Amino acid sequence: MIIIGELINASRKTIGAAIREKDAGIVRDTASQQAEHGASYIDVNAGIFLDDEPEYLSWLVENVQAVTDVPCAIDSPNPKAIEAALALHGGATPMINSISLESDRWENMLPIVAGTDLKVVALCMSDEGMPQTVDDRMRISDKLVNGLVQNNVRLENIFIDPLVQPLGVNKEFGMQFLDSIERITTQFAGIHTACGLSNISYGLPGRKHINRAFMTIAVTRGLDGAILNPLDKGMRAAIALGEALAGKDDFCMKYLKAFRAGLFEATA
Amino acid sequence: MTEFVSIRDALIACDAEKLTDEVNKTISQGSSANAILNDGLIPAMDVIGERMESGEMFIPEVLMAAQLMAGAVETLRPHLAEGSHVSAGKVLLGTVKGDVHDIGKNLVFMMLESAGFEVKDVGVDVPADTFVSEVKSFQPDILALSALLTTTIPMLKTTIDALGTAGIRDSVKIMVGGAPVSQSFADQIGADGYGADAGSASRLAKKLMAEIRAN
Repeated sequence: MIIIGELINASRKTIGAAIREKDAGIVRDTASQQAEHGASYIDVNAGIFLDDEPEYLSWLVENVQAVTDVPCAIDSPNPKAIEAALALHGGATPMINSISLESDRWENMLPIVAGTDLKVVALCMSDEGMPQTVDDRMRISDKLVNGLVQNNVRLENIFIDPLVQPLGVNKEFGMQFLDSIERITTQFAGIHTACGLSNISYGLPGRKHINRAFMTIAVTRGLDGAILNPLDKGMRAAIALGEALAGKDDFCMKYLKAFRAGLFEATA
Repeated sequence: MTEFVSIRDALIACDAEKLTDEVNKTISQGSSANAILNDGLIPAMDVIGERMESGEMFIPEVLMAAQLMAGAVETLRPHLAEGSHVSAGKVLLGTVKGDVHDIGKNLVFMMLESAGFEVKDVGVDVPADTFVSEVKSFQPDILALSALLTTTIPMLKTTIDALGTAGIRDSVKIMVGGAPVSQSFADQIGADGYGADAGSASRLAKKLMAEIRAN
């Protein structure tokens, strides 16, 4: 599982305040904690600052890189902010979060990733809005993948996000996502998938129970990337369980390791 | 009003069978359909809105209740006195340009309609100019704007400013909502109110109507 640590996001109060006050300590601690807990990428988002986003996003990248070799997932719809942040990024190849089939987004982001080795999250969103069915998602995925590959982005660098929609709004939304993951993984062998999964439980109580069960099931259907809080033990336990049940865990070693690390004792 | 308590309770409990039985029974006993609507069903939706706001009820229950209410209104329709239904007010509703999120907006639509408002939904990704022309033609009492992204909430201000430029800002009360929106942001951009969820949106709309009617 490729974990994209979600905690350095300006819409979270502590991070927003840290950015405003240029308090590098909080950002650096949050980065190293996520790296220690298995993040493969550290997401950085300064979206709430609009005009100042390029400056602040670059500042986040600098501070993450000061404490860890784990690359960033540069999270913005603003090509100027992404370019500024990329220019400062060294070491392992970062991820761009994200492109989509929406015309503006596509035209802004494609020049950034075309012909590079950058990883890129591609959202199943088009000018027609949110996809309603599995077939909608497959049509959008097909255009995204073909468009990116034709512009010299390797299939292995693409993370398709089929978009999780809340179960509380429509009882079909859970299965639509799961079926999409399986079809995308099957149709485009070698591609990755990713998602922000907690939207599944929006509007319902006991969200963590839904999120964890959904994660376990999604992993068994082929999900291999997720934007989440790496410090959430229960979620990491859910992933380990999914990988074991999916037959992706030789001799159940990862499950045993997770168990011994106390991840399954997390009841809070 | 107490005579419709079983109708009200059935709707609040999302009990489809009981609601149908109670509505049919109450009609056959000679109660007025308008009274059932105004003193039974609408107050039940008010309670559901409050309970959603306080975290005691959840989105699927609100959706189911809205569906049950719509069914009950269909049952009542042949019995409703023509032209007797007083609208709680007119609301124009939409998600701002650049934003295609509709779940919150649709919930607000259902809660407002269930509260007796006449609601026109202009959809998602709606340019400021379209809101201006729709306000001119539909002439709502309230304009309700939704934005769900940190990147699209500036469009709330753009839309309000466009109404100002067109000289029609003061013809409507404006309420705003969406995950990144807050009361202080609403104040900052000159909105008349902010609702954190569909339940509070319905309560806020009634408060704004009371202000309009007081002037």
